[in-house]
Amino acid sequence: MDKIPILKMSDFLLVTIQVDLYDQLAENLESDLINMVKKYNSHGVLIDISAVSIIDSFMGRILGNIAMMSKILDAETVVVGMQPAVAITLIELGLPLKGVHSALNVEKGMALLRSKIHNIEQDISIPADDSSTE
Amino acid sequence: MTTKNEALKALQKRKKEVLEQWMKNQLEDEGLRNNLISDEDQQQTSDELLNLLLAALNDSSIEDVHSRDFEKVLDILSGISISRAKQGFSPRETGVYIFGLKEALLTTLQKDMKDPAQLYSESLKLSKLLDNFAISSFETFIKGREEVILRQTDEITEISTPVIHVWDGVLAMPIIGTLDSARTQIVMENLLQEIVETGSSIAILDISGVPAVDSLVAQHLIKTVSATRLMGAECIISGIRPEIAQTVVHLGIDLSTIITKATLASALKSAFSMLQLEVSKSKINSIPLAAR
Repeated sequence: MDKIPILKMSDFLLVTIQVDLYDQLAENLESDLINMVKKYNSHGVLIDISAVSIIDSFMGRILGNIAMMSKILDAETVVVGMQPAVAITLIELGLPLKGVHSALNVEKGMALLRSKIHNIEQDISIPADDSSTE
Repeated sequence: MTTKNEALKALQKRKKEVLEQWMKNQLEDEGLRNNLISDEDQQQTSDELLNLLLAALNDSSIEDVHSRDFEKVLDILSGISISRAKQGFSPRETGVYIFGLKEALLTTLQKDMKDPAQLYSESLKLSKLLDNFAISSFETFIKGREEVILRQTDEITEISTPVIHVWDGVLAMPIIGTLDSARTQIVMENLLQEIVETGSSIAILDISGVPAVDSLVAQHLIKTVSATRLMGAECIISGIRPEIAQTVVHLGIDLSTIITKATLASALKSAFSMLQLEVSKSKINSIPLAAR
């Protein structure tokens, strides 16, 4: 059975999809990824789809699901390296992938994830300070 | 070629006469412009065509307008029509060319044949034949013109969607002309491709050259912006004229999810602030413009 590797890098999880996804593989990826997020308490998921040439409505939904599930577990999702043809297809299908952040390449995706997590930590730290002074 | 048909015999004998008459007919027409094609060229192609026609004419082919004997004639004729269409001849000039030949043939026939009944039947056959030639040459003439139009349409779509690299990480795309589905597709593809190639994170779509924005065009714009966002870049729409702002609001189109700017300059300014860039005057050697 094929499996898509999920790499852990400090606070983040990296997924590089190098094959065209079929439905079973995508469903497995979804559950594997969520389990990994829980296991390592990750704050960010970066999915590289630069090698994916076909994304249908099912795949679009899986990506959306991953983003929503990660959000519940307090992790941000960034999809990087989407090909123009894939972007056009998704828009034509009426799937703007709400809740998924996008970046042009892995480098920018990492920067985006870091800034998101940084913002969240700042937000949390302020009320924490307030409570300590009381 | 030996033939029993008297009319054909007469025509082959008086070939030179026919050609002269034909050239005269062509030159007599008031609409003819001799700046497009020289008289010698005209004479040469006419001579060639007439030779081929007379060679193809025989006892059986004169009865049948679709005879295979005329293939060569039709080939040459369509070549002439297409080249004329491209050179910018009017349909009238092309028509006069073929009908001039018909007239010349019939006049020559009239001189040789004394029996009215025979003359009439032969004339009828020749007329039918040449009318058929005229129709097919018109078809090819129009086809030639359509090719020209098609090529121009292609060229317009090609040149009207350039992607400009304005700054490191900033692309601009001025759109000129109406945005329909086909053009949006090209615009989107070009823009996204360029974003991937240059790794730019901001794209500016300038629509100052779009004459009107209706709900369909707005839909196309929103699609383009969404696709750019999916790729991970931000898209700014600039060059919105007051009339366009009015129509958009009156049509009830919601553009609030899109960053819109009035001018390309302000779009560029906001692109700079997104990239955390600053443009400032240089302090060294700063002589005021007025003092120079």
